[in-house]
Amino acid sequence: MQRLDEGALRALVPRVLAGLVRRGEDFDAAEDALQEALLEALRVWPEHPPRDPRAWLTTVATRRLVDAHRSEVARQRREETAYAEPPPVATEEGDDTLFLLFCCCHPDLAPASQVALTLRAVGGLATREIADAFYVPEATMAQRISRAKRALHGRRLDQPGDLAVVLRVLYLVYTAGHAGRVDLAREAIRLARQLTLATEEPEARGLLALMLLNHARLPARLDAEGRIVTLDRQDRSLWNTREIAEGVRVLQSALATQTEERPPGRYQVEAAIAALHADAASAEQTDWPQILAWYDELVALTEDPVREDPAAVLGRAVAVGHVLGAAAGLRETDRLREAIGERHRWHAVRGHLHELDGDLPAAAAAYAEAARRATNVAERDHLVRQAARARVDASREWTLTSSGVRVSPPLDKGATRR
Amino acid sequence: MPKYLLLKHYRGGPEPHHPFPPMDQWAPEDVEAHMAFLRRVSEVLEESGEYVGAQALTPKRTWVRYGGPDAAPVTTDGPHPETSDLVAGWYMIDVESYERALEIAAFVSSEPGPGGEPLYEWIDVREVMSGAPSEG
Repeated sequence: MQRLDEGALRALVPRVLAGLVRRGEDFDAAEDALQEALLEALRVWPEHPPRDPRAWLTTVATRRLVDAHRSEVARQRREETAYAEPPPVATEEGDDTLFLLFCCCHPDLAPASQVALTLRAVGGLATREIADAFYVPEATMAQRISRAKRALHGRRLDQPGDLAVVLRVLYLVYTAGHAGRVDLAREAIRLARQLTLATEEPEARGLLALMLLNHARLPARLDAEGRIVTLDRQDRSLWNTREIAEGVRVLQSALATQTEERPPGRYQVEAAIAALHADAASAEQTDWPQILAWYDELVALTEDPVREDPAAVLGRAVAVGHVLGAAAGLRETDRLREAIGERHRWHAVRGHLHELDGDLPAAAAAYAEAARRATNVAERDHLVRQAARARVDASREWTLTSSGVRVSPPLDKGATRR
Repeated sequence: MPKYLLLKHYRGGPEPHHPFPPMDQWAPEDVEAHMAFLRRVSEVLEESGEYVGAQALTPKRTWVRYGGPDAAPVTTDGPHPETSDLVAGWYMIDVESYERALEIAAFVSSEPGPGGEPLYEWIDVREVMSGAPSEG
């Protein structure tokens, strides 16, 4: 008996499915048939490994489709024409992936449906795994997927899709990966890597680079108790240097294609910022002026960044704080008060900048306000800790000052942080 | 086995055992101890096979009702937003008895507060109605 390589099996999913859909099968029916073929494979292969797994899956899925067609007399004729056609021509793996990503990320589908369908039809994940990743009941996820497939029914799927939507969906998969039980982050990286084989678009490589660079820092992001560790206090020896090197390489190959008319898009810019953080041997050695320059590029990508891309303006405010001083950074955040003043992140950034400024009571108040507005338990707990720590540091400083002892300058983090 | 919801509140409920400031004003080590205890509660319940789920809620609340045909939903943040009960989160447990549910609720309520002293927080214990009709 042979152990099944599930990774290899899942890698076949988009290729087989794309072959069926290209041949003219309905996406919905073909996907169902392939899922049944996969279950069959898990049952049969350990005893009888196929010589050509891809052909095996195609044959079994086709048989299921024939059965399904037969059960509908009205579709009998279509079946005959369909199978009279010559067998599909072998296509490159990358083409299949891209083709299927365009199907799954159809602009008519809601983002949650695009994500679910992509994970199942391109990622080859089981409905149960996708449901676990998003903490919803399996029946709910099954329904979401089948509604999405029904929405695709009868749509022409032979037109090139919107690559920007595909990139956004993959990034959604990646960010969801940090919260769930299934490693969606790794899955998103795998899909993005496949996508870069299928398209020359530099933004696809920018996205892959961004994911790799962020993923490299993941092992340092939480401590043993699951507490958030901020970038400036992370143990950099835990960062994955292999992923950082690959991320930088992928990013450089994308940036090399830029021209005067075609400046780098947002994923490349965000990856460049991540690369600069990853490149610093310590927090103190962070190249903030360079980071600020990239943030300038990022906010220049939208007409009205305060309204259209407040997250970029907020990130830039932090960089401004480190380059031009905390007061300048705080002034930058003032512009965002109307747009995102209700959000916890705005208050958290102001807390950080007040702390940088040495105004610990204001920092404590801002962190506490951020904690009240947080929508994630780990972040809420982290912000409560920051508030409590800043408050204690503030009172300690006050005691020392009033007792005539000279206090270390507030910017010396070693003295105030533990 | 009956299921119970153990509700924690931001405010509301019986007169508190003793007053205490918001957590961001506690000593950092007391904050750590409190959070470690809450992690421990989930672990204890998982180990004993009584854990069903736990969730925390943000304090922002919106009341909403049907606005009528062709009208937008009507919303308000409440008649007395500062005094009404506000649920902060819950543990859902599956236990042998009502007594066991009270025991677990009391354990939750013993969470350490400022100075490591128990908070004696009131926990709202509610039995979950079972979905299936009982046999017999």
